[in-house]
Amino acid sequence: MTPILIAQKVTKRFGGLVAVNSVDFEIPEKSIVSIIGPNGAGKTTFFNCITGFNKADEGTITFEGAEIQNLRPDQITRLGISRTYQNIRLFANMTALENIMVGQHKFLHASWVSSIIRTKGMMAEEKGALDEAQRLLNYVGLKGKGDLLARNLPYGEQRRLEIARALATKPKLLLLDEPSAGMNPRETEDLTAFIHRLRDELGITILLIEHHMRVVMGISEKITVLDYGQRIAEGTPKEIQSNPRVIEAYLGRGAATEGMENAHERFGNKKS
Amino acid sequence: MKKENFIWNSIKIGLVAGAIGIFLCLVGMVEIFSKRDVVKDVISLGMFLLLATSVLAGFIASRRTSDLLEGNKAVSNLLAGTFAGLFTGIVLALFVLFSSQVNLRAVFLNVTPALLELLTFGQGTDGVWQILVFGTVAGLVGGAFLLLSPSIRKPIVNAVMVIIFMALFSSLFRVIMVNQSGGIEKAAKYLFSQTGLTANGGLIFFFGTILVSVLRSSQAGKVQNLVDKLPQKGKLSLRVASIILLAYVVIMLPNAAGPFIAQVVVIISLYILMGLGLNIEIGFAGLLDLGFVAFYAIGAYTVGLLTSYGEFGLQHVSFWVAVPIAVLVAMLFGGLLGVPVLGVRGDYLAIATLGFGEIVRLLAGSDFMAKYLGGPRGIIGIQKPCIGTLGEFVAVDVPRVCNGIELGKPQEIYFIAIASALLIAFFSYRLRESRLGRAWMAIREDEDVAEALGIKLVQAKLLAYMLGAAFAGLGGAIFATLVGSIFASSMQLIVSINVVALIIVGGMGSIPGVVVGAIALIGLPELLREVSEFRFLLYGAALVTVMIAKPEGLWPSQNIRRELHREEAAPIPSETTS
Repeated sequence: MTPILIAQKVTKRFGGLVAVNSVDFEIPEKSIVSIIGPNGAGKTTFFNCITGFNKADEGTITFEGAEIQNLRPDQITRLGISRTYQNIRLFANMTALENIMVGQHKFLHASWVSSIIRTKGMMAEEKGALDEAQRLLNYVGLKGKGDLLARNLPYGEQRRLEIARALATKPKLLLLDEPSAGMNPRETEDLTAFIHRLRDELGITILLIEHHMRVVMGISEKITVLDYGQRIAEGTPKEIQSNPRVIEAYLGRGAATEGMENAHERFGNKKS
Repeated sequence: MKKENFIWNSIKIGLVAGAIGIFLCLVGMVEIFSKRDVVKDVISLGMFLLLATSVLAGFIASRRTSDLLEGNKAVSNLLAGTFAGLFTGIVLALFVLFSSQVNLRAVFLNVTPALLELLTFGQGTDGVWQILVFGTVAGLVGGAFLLLSPSIRKPIVNAVMVIIFMALFSSLFRVIMVNQSGGIEKAAKYLFSQTGLTANGGLIFFFGTILVSVLRSSQAGKVQNLVDKLPQKGKLSLRVASIILLAYVVIMLPNAAGPFIAQVVVIISLYILMGLGLNIEIGFAGLLDLGFVAFYAIGAYTVGLLTSYGEFGLQHVSFWVAVPIAVLVAMLFGGLLGVPVLGVRGDYLAIATLGFGEIVRLLAGSDFMAKYLGGPRGIIGIQKPCIGTLGEFVAVDVPRVCNGIELGKPQEIYFIAIASALLIAFFSYRLRESRLGRAWMAIREDEDVAEALGIKLVQAKLLAYMLGAAFAGLGGAIFATLVGSIFASSMQLIVSINVVALIIVGGMGSIPGVVVGAIALIGLPELLREVSEFRFLLYGAALVTVMIAKPEGLWPSQNIRRELHREEAAPIPSETTS
């Protein structure tokens, strides 16, 4: 499998703090990859570097052969990377459908003049966008809720709407920042199945930050562990579970001897 | 324990109401409004203010009592109302006594002998006891009012509101009706006096409203049913009929009401134009702009320079040619302003744009630009629009003689202003419902996320500035022709603030809200000359009230309505999971 995204020696500093420290990272195409690590390990900052929210101070990020580390977020999105946010960031005062349609912005081209006149092309484009938005809404299981304001949706549905909005940009690589945060076990299970579907049905490569170890271990083909901005381990779920450095990062020295499975389970529960 | 509680509460409410009464006196409202009548020879507007304060104090005290005692207890409610009213009266009486002994006028200019005369019903300090009686009775009435059943209460409140409304706008209705012939003219004299309603008029409006309210509450269901039963075609024709009726009123208004009313409507329309423009920036894209008057000025000056016969007129093109150019120039400046402030957000943006507005005004009035823009002397002799031959339309730099119809008077410019406002409202609506509208709203909600979804911030923001500026430029262009001259001094910061205020009062991002806001904040003070004295006091009060009571504005934007509507139409199936 060829990597869709390659990060080389990516470093991001905030003043004296090195949030991401010379991280090398690859995502094979059509795979599901997780980044885990204790709080403050630099996971979200790394996400931000990929999506252009933060500019990496050093290193290169290559997406499908093109360097993207100096591009603006909208340019990166246009190349096919989309994301969701740790704390849901929907457009609260817009309807669910409008939220998704904002995601389609890059495919729409009507100028302001044709929007006022409502040219045939513009109308057809809008109609197409609306149909597509409706389809995505149904796809994430929010059928019939398109006219509700995003802020009035229940928490779990807001998460799904955020994914639908990200899907509207037709991403090749989708970054999910703690998608299962605040979900109950049943919702988490649904989410795991849903992420699999995204990959299998739509062929999207998925990178997720996740604290919920059951999700991470059940879903990932590859896991990268960050701690203090550095990559301390990488491998399959099995390898990670038995990696003493990972256990140490999570639980401190001495705890490394304890059963990893149990420890993570406890950790995951505490988080959610 | 509880008994003391509610009495003490009522006294507190009475004291506050008394303080409000003193405030109304000190700012001069009572005296100025006493020159206007609600009902002639019965009650003046000034007295009504004080009376309403006492009644309201009684009502609120009575309601609090019900809360405290958990239920209505007639005697306690009446007692509470009485106490509240009495103490309102006591505070006012003390005020009268105090100001008759001590000369307050050195500080408070409005404490005139006339005011004291008014408060004591013309009897000097001997009449002070009457204040107490009035206050107590008013409080008692207020307290008793709560005990009435809502079905009686509502028609009475409606009737009082209608009387106040009719009295406030009596001159407006009177002028319109007197201009008609025969019966209508007579009716006008029967219903309206020079200063308010006649006694007969008061009675008619009072009982008329009560009748209508009662009928409405008992028959509303049936009428609604009738309308619902109409076939689709019938509903459509009902709608068309109401639109035709509205159009008829709009077209006939200027001739019926005369130049003053027409001018007021033009000014409202100009503010609607500016409001719609600023609504794109603030309401849609969330870009707070406090220098918006600059674009208005640019539109006005462009038309001035292009059409004026005065010494600063560069060209003498026709109005119809000058306006599109003015709009384009304003748009260009909108873009120019946008570039430097693109990276600036929130409060900082407000201050930066504030500076821009001031720069434009100061430049326009400066000696430096006086050679071109006339400095403080302004640009005069701006042409009126002319509907004439094609030759007149395209001619440049010749003495223009209008051979067709010249639209010079406010009643004529009225049509241009209304048509422009309608057109721009339509544009706004279409823009809102497009990918651009969605992009702007996304930027308003969360700029970073919007960018991460592929929206080019620079492009979208610049477009918002440019279109907003274009709308304001159109307003300025019409303003220039309405007045016939432009002075830098009329492009004050306060114009920008007015526009922001009307957007907030109307409802951010709402197109009908802009219209409602413009009518409420610009139209009403223009129509009520007495009120215009207190324009800014009322602005402040209106803003604070709206922010507290109805933060989404008087006519909130469609999204929220659509949602409410949706919930009524089809209840959402309840959650199956979790």
